[in-house]
Amino acid sequence: MDQSLPEPGATAFAVSPGSGHPDLPDLLRRSARGDETAFAALYDATAARVYGLVRRVVRDPHQAEEVAQEVYLEVWRTSARYDEARGSAQGWILTIAHRRAVDRVRAAESASRRDETYERRNQDVEHDSTAEAAHASLEARRVRSALESLTPVQREAVELAYLGGYTHTEVAALLDLPLGTAKTRIRDGLIRLRDNLGMGVNR
Amino acid sequence: MSSDIHALSGAYAVDALDSAERAEFEQHLAVCDACREEVAGLQAAAGEIAATTEVAPPPSLRASVLAGIADVRPLPPLQPEVVEAQPETKPEAVPDNVRPLRRRVWQQIGLAAAAAAIVAGGTTAALHPWDSTSVAPPTAAEQVIHAADVQHYSGPVAGGGTVTVYRSAALNRAVVVATGISQAPAGHVYELWLLAPSGTMKRAGLFADGSDLTQVVNGNAGPARALGITVEKAGGSNAPTTKPIALVTLTT
Repeated sequence: MDQSLPEPGATAFAVSPGSGHPDLPDLLRRSARGDETAFAALYDATAARVYGLVRRVVRDPHQAEEVAQEVYLEVWRTSARYDEARGSAQGWILTIAHRRAVDRVRAAESASRRDETYERRNQDVEHDSTAEAAHASLEARRVRSALESLTPVQREAVELAYLGGYTHTEVAALLDLPLGTAKTRIRDGLIRLRDNLGMGVNR
Repeated sequence: MSSDIHALSGAYAVDALDSAERAEFEQHLAVCDACREEVAGLQAAAGEIAATTEVAPPPSLRASVLAGIADVRPLPPLQPEVVEAQPETKPEAVPDNVRPLRRRVWQQIGLAAAAAAIVAGGTTAALHPWDSTSVAPPTAAEQVIHAADVQHYSGPVAGGGTVTVYRSAALNRAVVVATGISQAPAGHVYELWLLAPSGTMKRAGLFADGSDLTQVVNGNAGPARALGITVEKAGGSNAPTTKPIALVTLTT
């Protein structure tokens, strides 16, 4: 694909995908001006995380690919609206990705099938957590250890919501929590995660 | 729900609200700096969790993404349209800095709700406009509906339901009363549009549930030629992206 996208500004992006820290806000700014090479670099720098998240929430590889494509199309279309003052570019892209993934599973799941899928997906979460731990990257290990400082209920609530794509009401049902308390567990868990990752002060 | 709406920030940050709650919380976000800041931090923290689920995507994804964008024009920044979309009657509400249109629109609704609360005599309510259970308190809507020069127009809604628009040219305001419209699909909202005399559609507010809805229309309703409703993604759009489910012509 690279050779089909000649662009005068391409040489300005010197960091190879996956290494170092490409300047994502700059790549977004250039994407907003229609620079497809900059967008390809943005894709290379973020795709594993975006696709992995979407895949985890959506589960089905084919649908995950569709959703990930929608995500990048939305990122491309709305790149001019990214505001660096309001958070990291990767965070912005992941927020879009998560919203789309969750919307996809909610739209796809008919109410009648949900009870059955609760249990199955809940089991999947525990199983996958073990499998993923085996090949954790350095950053993944850091996040994992931050997650481990949450109380078990906080952690389960956060994971069911974020990785499982469940609403707080569904999370309450899954964890046998009184209705209305799952949202508190999710919030408390995220606050602790944020603080443990050292993100609490400047955000 | 309204009393502890701040507590939804975490669930919102991980998309764990249903579509109605999400729409309600987004209205709250527009008027609550503290929640907006907290949500940003919690979304960033949640995004870090994605470090634990990284998977190399199939090569076909890169190809289809790059092929897909070639046919799509990136949207312009929001600023010019924001300025144009301000009601002429409220010049003080037009700051020059760039902010998302969505937020600005909701701020105006928040201001309108606060103003209406003051009219109703409750200063406490005015400090917490998000505590009201609807976008606009009844008093604001009633002012329009009972205005001396009010005119009303009705039309059907595709998929069921009816919508009636009450407009007071003197107040430069309109109120939408909808009945029988089903809840917006998951992840979507209904968005109101006013057709300006210039021929452009102006954003005029959002709602998620169309049964027994009474909502003050945001924007310059006086000269508007029509009111439309479309289904848009949660948070609304900058311009209609779908065919209107209702279009009510407003004659002057």
